[in-house]
Amino acid sequence: MNHFIDIQGAEMVFASRKGRFHALRDIHLQVEQGEFVTLIGHSGCGKSTLLNLIAGLTQPTAGVLLCDNREIAAPGPERAVVFQNHSLLPWLTCFDNVLLAVERVFAATESRAQLKARTEAALQLVGMGHALHKRPHEISGGMKQRVGIARALAMEPKVLLMDEPFGALDALTRARLQDELLKIVARTRSTVVMVTHDVDEAVLLSDRIVMMTNGPAATIGQVLTVDIPRPRNRVALAEDPLYVHCRKEVLDFLYTRQGHVETLTA
Amino acid sequence: MVSAVFHHPAASPRPEGSIERLNDTPAIKEAMPPAAALTRAAPAALRPARDWSVLWLTVLPPVLGLALLVGIWGLATAGSGSSIPTPAATFAAAVKLFADPFYSNGPNDQGIGWNVLYSLQRVAIGFGLAAAVGIPLGFIVGRFDFIGRMVSPLISLLKPVSPLAWLPIGLLVFKSANPAAIWTIFICSIWPMVVNTAVGVQRVPVDYLNVARVLNLSEWKVITRILFPAVLPYMLTGVRLSVGTAWLVIVAAEMLTGGVGIGFWVWDEWNNLNVQHIIIAIFVIGIVGLALEQLLMAIARRFSWED
Repeated sequence: MNHFIDIQGAEMVFASRKGRFHALRDIHLQVEQGEFVTLIGHSGCGKSTLLNLIAGLTQPTAGVLLCDNREIAAPGPERAVVFQNHSLLPWLTCFDNVLLAVERVFAATESRAQLKARTEAALQLVGMGHALHKRPHEISGGMKQRVGIARALAMEPKVLLMDEPFGALDALTRARLQDELLKIVARTRSTVVMVTHDVDEAVLLSDRIVMMTNGPAATIGQVLTVDIPRPRNRVALAEDPLYVHCRKEVLDFLYTRQGHVETLTA
Repeated sequence: MVSAVFHHPAASPRPEGSIERLNDTPAIKEAMPPAAALTRAAPAALRPARDWSVLWLTVLPPVLGLALLVGIWGLATAGSGSSIPTPAATFAAAVKLFADPFYSNGPNDQGIGWNVLYSLQRVAIGFGLAAAVGIPLGFIVGRFDFIGRMVSPLISLLKPVSPLAWLPIGLLVFKSANPAAIWTIFICSIWPMVVNTAVGVQRVPVDYLNVARVLNLSEWKVITRILFPAVLPYMLTGVRLSVGTAWLVIVAAEMLTGGVGIGFWVWDEWNNLNVQHIIIAIFVIGIVGLALEQLLMAIARRFSWED
C-alpha cells in the first residue's frame, strides 16, 4: 500500500560534544495525500526534529523516510517549510522574498510575467496584496508569518511543513491565521504536517493528531483521528461534543500520561 | 488635532459612539480659532520651536567642544616665549597656506593639496589591494572551518604588529619608497576586513541558510541573495576600520619614506622648524580622516537592513 509520506522506523541520534543524544526512536508514521496532520508534544520531545527529517534538513540515523515513493535525501521545494520565526530575508521586499521561491520552481518553464503573477497571487491568497513592496521590518509579526506561508504555498509543494508557524503570535492573530489556513488548505487541498504545542490549534486544524511521548528517545505515543466535518467553525465547535472529546483526549495524553516525565526533567 | 480642524462641529455632525468624538469635547471646540486660521497658524507656531531644539542639540555641543580646544590651546600658548604658536598665528599661516594649495616647486616643495592627494592615492592603492585580497579571504575563512582554524592563529599573530615594523620588509622587497609605503598600508589595513568579513559569514543566521536549502537555491543565488547581503554590514564595518587604520599608517610611513605626502610634509616642516604648519597638518589629517569615516558610514547606512 502506498502512502504519500511514509516514515519507517526512523531513529535520530545527535552526536554532540557532551555525548550522544537519542532524540527520536522507532518512528512509524504514514500521511495520506491531502491530509492535515499535526505533531504535538511537550517541548523537547523531538517534534521539530521529526519535521526537519521530513523536510530533509537533517538525515535520520536509521530508518527510511519516503515522500511520494521517493526517499527523502535532501531538502527540496516540493516539501516547503514554514519556519517558526518566518525566516524572511530582511533585505528583500515581501514580493522578492516570495519571488525567490517562485523563480526556483517555475523559472525554467514560465515567463517573467507569469512568475510575477504567481508571486502576487500567493501574497493575495494570504491577504498581503497590499504590502508587496514592504520590507519585513515594516510589517507586523502576523504579517511576516503570512508572507512565510505565501512563500511556501507559491512553490505549489506536494507537502507543506509548518514548524509552530503561529507560536510567536498573540492569541487573536493566531486565531485569524488559523482560520485563513483552514480556508487556504481547503482550497489548495494541500498535504500538511504541522508542529504545534497548542491543543486547540491541533484539534481545530487536523485530520489526525500525532501525540509524541517525552524525550529523550521520544516516539509516537498515540494517534487521534479527528472526525469533525469540514468546514470547521471555531465558535460553533466550542460546544461540539466531538471537539470537546478530542480536546480531552489530547489533554489527557499530554498532562496525565506524559506530564510526570516533564516534572522529572525540568 | 487635524481631525478636529477638518470636522468642524457645525459642518459635520457625527454619529453617536464615534471614536473621534473624544477629540471634539465642547471645551476644545470653543477654544479653537476658525479652521482656516488654525491650519496656517499651527505649523508656523510649532516648527521653529522644534528646529531650535534640534539645532541646540546637534550643532552647539560640537562647536562648544571645538571652542574649548582652541581656548585651552590659546591659554597654553598665551605666555611669551612659548615654542608652540598661538591659534591666531596658526590661523594666519593657514590662510596663507590654503590660498595656494596646488603649487609645485620641484619634488620637495609642493602645495598642501598635492601632499594630501598623494597620500590619499597611496591609501587608495594600498587599501584597494587589501580589500581585493582581504574580503574574499574573509569569506573563505568564515565559510570553511578548517581554513578558519588554520588562518586564525596567523591573524592573531600578525594583527598587533606595528605598521612601521613592516616597512623595512617592503623596502627590502620593492627596493623603492613608494611601493614600500603602499605595502605597509596593505598589510595593516587587511586584518579588520578579513576578521569582520569572516565573523559576518559565520553569523549568517542558520534560518536563512535553511531557507536556501529548502528552496534548493543554486550556489550563485545563495551567494548573491543570502550570503552577500547578510555579510555586507559586517564587511562594511571592516572596511571602515581598515580605512581608519590606513590613514593612520600613511602618515607614519611617509615620515620614513619621504617623497610627496602629508606625512613627509609634516617631517619636512619639522626640519624647517615651522610648527604652525605642523599644527595645520594635524588638523588636515584629522579632517581628512573624519571625512573618510563619514563617507564610509554613509555607504554602510545605505546598505544596512533592519531585521
